Amino acid sequence: MSAAPSAVRRHGLGLLAWLAGIVFFLPIAWMALTSFHSEADAATNPPSFTAPLTLDGYREFFGTGGGASPWPALINSAVASVVSTLLVLLLALPAAYALSIRPVKKWTDVLFFFLSTKMLPAVAGLLPIYLFAKNAGLLDNIWLLVVLYTSMNLPIAVWMMQSFLAEVPVAVIEAARVDGARLPVILARVVAPIALPGIAATALICFIFSWNELLFARVLTGVVAETAPVFLTGFITSQGLFLAKVCAASLVISLPVLAAGFAAQDKLVQGLSLGAVK
Amino acid sequence: MTATTTAPVAASAPSGTRQPSARLRAWVTRAPLLPALVFMIIVTQLPFVATLVISFFDWNALYPKARHFTGLDNYRQVLTDGTLRHSVWTTVLLTVAVVLASLVLGLLLALLLDRPFRGRGLVRTLLIAPFLVVPVAAALLWKHVLYNPEYGLFNGLLHYVGGPQPDWVSNTPLLAVEASLVWQWTPFMMLILLAGLQSRDPEQIEAARVDGAGNWQIFVHLTLPHLRRYLELGALLGSIYIVQNFDAVFTITSGGLGTANLPYTVYQSFYQAHENGLASAAGVLVVIGSIVIATFALRVVSSLFREEVSRA
Repeated sequence: MSAAPSAVRRHGLGLLAWLAGIVFFLPIAWMALTSFHSEADAATNPPSFTAPLTLDGYREFFGTGGGASPWPALINSAVASVVSTLLVLLLALPAAYALSIRPVKKWTDVLFFFLSTKMLPAVAGLLPIYLFAKNAGLLDNIWLLVVLYTSMNLPIAVWMMQSFLAEVPVAVIEAARVDGARLPVILARVVAPIALPGIAATALICFIFSWNELLFARVLTGVVAETAPVFLTGFITSQGLFLAKVCAASLVISLPVLAAGFAAQDKLVQGLSLGAVK
Repeated sequence: MTATTTAPVAASAPSGTRQPSARLRAWVTRAPLLPALVFMIIVTQLPFVATLVISFFDWNALYPKARHFTGLDNYRQVLTDGTLRHSVWTTVLLTVAVVLASLVLGLLLALLLDRPFRGRGLVRTLLIAPFLVVPVAAALLWKHVLYNPEYGLFNGLLHYVGGPQPDWVSNTPLLAVEASLVWQWTPFMMLILLAGLQSRDPEQIEAARVDGAGNWQIFVHLTLPHLRRYLELGALLGSIYIVQNFDAVFTITSGGLGTANLPYTVYQSFYQAHENGLASAAGVLVVIGSIVIATFALRVVSSLFREEVSRA
């Protein structure tokens, strides 16, 4: 008696979840479909769902149609994101070590200092950084963004890695030390295997935040050091038929983030909640 | 985790004796921390101090010679200027609306995803996707592909049912910005709340069920109290990120139609109007606002954090 309605309800709720997933994904699916339409088919009302597919939008975006090439911006974004992520790892790993495996006194206070810097809005320091860059001749220089993105992601990385390194049992480290293993060996043989997946996820999340950043890039770069999000702001005002091109551009520029995000899916919450939720 | 709770005691023991070797050892322990700490202080704290100083000067970058100290005058101007006051109000409206809406939607989705069904992993992936679109790209998608009155998807779908063809961004500019942000932030809330749901004690729920509690009773008396801290965390972190939002406002309305929030106003007042003093004063006000939110956020994070440390 009671099995039948509960089964209906279970299936009903599953169906509802599917429906919600599809509704949330629909704009992205529509963006993908539009990017493969010709400009004429992309801008119709009612929408043309079954229009023939073409790569014209992508050709336009990559500049073969005569527009500005997106490659310099994509390369700038890649440099800023990858180098700042490496710098973050270089600074955060030793710091996390000193906050978990061999903790300093009052290590929680230090941890919370890092977190509090993340809560300072970026606009608060924007003007002095702009003035400094202008006077030091660093405007429109990708290395300035590298430094700023490092500071933007360092607190997240320290928090995440602290929690990953804390999972390494100290007894095992002590045992290795008693056996005469030196610090580099302990780090490579004992700590790394346990902490590596977490470190990889941290790196992916830092990469995402740097790749997405607009405010600093918009204010501090111009023609030379322009990043991919700044390139996208060129599409803010509509210029005739350009919908397929916008969709292609948005999709291509979002692809690295989508890939990194799906790869780090399980650790995503932990990174975004600054390590508070596991 | 036991290690981290016991180790500080062991580390602090030798420092009581004031031997040079103990001091040296303390510095050796501290050394790995210093590069990160010094870097953060230089790159994030110094600029803020500079902002604070500039905020007390009347300083237009176009007339650098006329720069002079004005005390609190910039603050008076920011707080009495109609457009700036309006941007404070817009920031509050935008943040509260987006955080509340995405929190409620995120909770519903988390509850749906907490139960097993066929294809759950795939649905989770579909739901996370909006959060993984580059914010500028997401804003462009909403502005041109969905909202456009002539060929946008919304009006295209309305066309099928013979509905009206509104100009979404012009009619309801703030709501248009908010909807796009809710679409991006709901997955974030869902992920935090899903983690909360999955950290419930299954035995406790089973015991309540044995005692005859219904689903609704379990939700109200067990699940919601357990989720409280996760809801708070989602709300606070969401507020911290959305108070700072620049991308959506910049892209969808370019700060026009009354949608300029504080970050956009700060950007505009020094980048376009070159009013360094005013921009800094507005920036300091943003910081004061965030400190209020951040104080609560830090408290919630630290209580969750202590729970984690003591649980292990």
